[in-house]
Order: sequence, then structure tokens, then C-alpha cells
Amino acid sequence: MDKNTPLYQEHVNLKALMAPFAGWNMPIHYGSILDEAKHTRTAVSLFDISHMGEFIIRENPSKSSMDTIVTIPVVKMKTQRCRYGFLLNEDGRILDDLIAYRIAADEWMLVVNAANEHKDMDAIRRQLSPDASFENISPRIVKLDLQGPGSLAVLKDIVGDEVKRLTYYGFQFFSLLGGNFIISRTGYTGELGFEIYVDSSRGVELWQTLMKNPAVKPAGLGARDILRLEMGLPLYGNEFNEDLTPLDAGMERFIDMEKEFTGRKALLEQQRRGVPRRLVGFAVDGRRTPRHENRILSGDRDAGFVTSGVFSPHLNKGIGMGYVDSALGGEGAAIDIDTGKGVIKASVEKLPFLKNTSIKYSEV
Amino acid sequence: MDINVLEGYYYSKEHEWVKIEGSKAKIGISDYAQQKLGDITYIDPTEPGKKVKQFEFLTGIESVKAASDVYAPLSGTITAFNVALDDAPELVNKSCYGDGWIAEIEVADPGETKNLMDAAAYKKYTAGLE
Repeated sequence: MDKNTPLYQEHVNLKALMAPFAGWNMPIHYGSILDEAKHTRTAVSLFDISHMGEFIIRENPSKSSMDTIVTIPVVKMKTQRCRYGFLLNEDGRILDDLIAYRIAADEWMLVVNAANEHKDMDAIRRQLSPDASFENISPRIVKLDLQGPGSLAVLKDIVGDEVKRLTYYGFQFFSLLGGNFIISRTGYTGELGFEIYVDSSRGVELWQTLMKNPAVKPAGLGARDILRLEMGLPLYGNEFNEDLTPLDAGMERFIDMEKEFTGRKALLEQQRRGVPRRLVGFAVDGRRTPRHENRILSGDRDAGFVTSGVFSPHLNKGIGMGYVDSALGGEGAAIDIDTGKGVIKASVEKLPFLKNTSIKYSEV
Repeated sequence: MDINVLEGYYYSKEHEWVKIEGSKAKIGISDYAQQKLGDITYIDPTEPGKKVKQFEFLTGIESVKAASDVYAPLSGTITAFNVALDDAPELVNKSCYGDGWIAEIEVADPGETKNLMDAAAYKKYTAGLE
């Protein structure tokens, strides 16, 4: 039985199409996936992302195991900062991708994918130092993403001017509606945006407060998938899984090889050997959509597979990501995508597909 | 789900409609189909002159959710494709019985409508699918 988020009734009232995702009953859209994607890039969208998992870890930073658990340096990272990284197994394969929040010198919040919550918990607890504490706070957290060029103005009205000070990948605690909220300037859309973490008892009130602003419209996971793919952002289960390493996916910038971490040895070995396939973005010549698991061909030869594909309402063409043979040319290389209902012509493109979005907006 | 079903059209179990106009007929997909598919992003242009058989493949249609097949509700010869759909496939969502028609055929056998549903029967049929 799929779980409902605390906002279930709000989604039903808004006539959302609900569907199962990672064990949760989630809103896919509230009428039109394409309209919701477009609204996010021109105004503000509100997403219920409460299915995501959140862990709180407390550990003495001078004897911390945190840097061995994740691929990024989180012990020397500043408080009120977030970083994106990976949780790997000993073989260097991807258990999950996550965002680490440094709450205090001895406290971190890890935000993980819903489908991987239990697997991640096991892997992390196994590696934590004996005097560390671990708490899975996911069941009592509502997570709302407010994304779009107008998101700062909307949030400022509710939270106050303080929110303007948040820089990209920064976060802070805010007092709001009588509760304590974490708000980070992060997101998965490529637009200026915020992720808000709140005690689930206040979730509905926060949702309704944000929705009162006429600029804000709800958006579902369908639009979220388009928005992240237009930015070339990978999704666990599509671009990442336990057969792949961050090197296969070209994610070197989220790995600190200078420190010891689980999976590092295997990655060093893979670096020496080289990767047989690499993750690329591609755009279709036309409106047809490549789909997850379609085969990629180069001439008559099997050259890889599609991991994600959508129709981009901003480029008016099909776009996607997939793994292709390393021998295949770089940007501009022509590929064919076998959809099972014919072949689509596409070419490898530089990511992100969309440039000049509002993501790095700064008032300073 | 509220489904709009128009009088004067015949419907197939696969949710295509056909409206007979003299010796010709326009073909499209029903409101039920467009709602289930979600935003339509591409429709494969049909080839004028091509013969189609009742309930056999007419063309492909793609939406934000999936790629699907459209079947011919009647046998005949394709006389036109709605070229407005090339740049605006969303017409199928906005006006599935009007501007969002897909193809026109020269009808081979009007008697084949006996294998289709009228508006009342189709309304009942879709209600049973809920």
C-alpha cells in the first residue's frame, strides 16, 4: 500500500492525478504537465516533495566518519551550507545521490531519495562511529519546493527580508507560522528556488499560505521530470543505479579523491582503466520523445541506451540522457534512437539544454 | 473523470471517433483518450492515398506519458492529415472533436458503423471503465 504525504487532501482538492512513485502516492500533475513546467520557468511553482528521506546525524567532528561515508568533504564544510554528493558501496557503485546540510559543527542533515531510504540507512549506520547518533526524521517532515523566478518575492512576503541573504546552496533556520523551518536555496528545476523542510504538523498550513499568492501554482512530478532533464540533472533509478559508478556518469566534480571514502579504491582503479560508456545529453531533431530504456544506435551498431527522455516545452523538441559508448564522438555526434515504433534521429548535446535560467540570480 | 461525448459521432472501443460527412469521414480521438494521454506532443502525419482497414493501425500519437497507436474506426483511403497538428499537437487536447481532428478518409463501407458505438453507448462504455 502506497503512503500518502500529509498534503494528500490538498492534492485531491486540486484534482491532481495521483500515481505511485517510490512507495508513495504522489501528484503527477494538476491538469497539464507542460503548462506546469512552463509556469515554473516564468513564475513560481509549488511542489510537494515530502516523499524524500531526511536523516539527522550527530557526531564529534574531530572523530567523524562522515567523510568516509559520502564522496564529498562534509567535515570541513561550513555550517549553513549544502553540498551534493554520493553514497557508494565498496565497489564504487552508486547506492544513492544526496544533499548534505551542515547544521552545526557536530550535526548534519542528509536528504536522500525515497526509494533508497532503508538501504541508505543501513549503509550509513554501519559506517558511523560508535558514539554517533542517527535519526531518520523523514516521517515527520514535510518538504515543499518553491521554484521559479518569482519564488524569492513570494517567500519574502511570508518569511521576511532575511531570506534574501540565502546564497545558492546556502540554508538557514527560520521561525515561521509558529514553527522552526529549514529553508535552503536549492532545487531541481534550474530556476531560482527554495526547498523548505517543516514539521509535518505545519505542512498543510505552509502549503495553503504559499498557495494564497496568485503567482504560485502547484506542479507535480511530471513537470519536475521535464525541468530537471532540461537542466541535464540526473535522477536515481534512471541515470544512476547500483550497476553504475559516478565516473560512468561523469560526476567527478562531486567526488573528492583527496580523502578516504567508501568506494574510492574502486573508483581509482576504474579511473586507470577508463569507462566503457559515458552519460550524455541528446536532443531530437523534431517533436518525438525518446523514452527510458530505448536503444541508442550509431549506424547499425548498438551504441547505448536511453535513461530518461521527455518532450521539452521550452525547446519544442524531444530531449534525453543516456549512456553511450565512449568511442562515440562528443557534442554534435549523430545517434539514432530505436523507440520500438521506429527510429528517431538525435544528436549529442552539451548540458544543460537550457541556459540563462534564473538559478544564479543575485540581488547583490 | 468528466468525459465529453458528442452526438453525431461514432466511437470505437479504443476511443477513436469518426464523423461521417458525405462520402468522407473525419477521424480523431475522444475526450476520454486525450484526458488519459495527457498533453499531446506529437502525431505522426498520415500518408494521403494510403488504404486503412477498420480497427487497424492508422498512426502513432505521443504524449508526455507515452507513445500510443491510433486505429482507424472505419476502412477507407486517407485523403488528408490535419497539418495544423504538426506545430500544435495540443489542439487534440484543446478541441479533440473539432480543430484537433487527425485524419480524413474516403469511406469504403458506411455499413461498418454497425461495429461502432453511438454517443449514448460510448458514454455508457466509458462510465464502465472508471
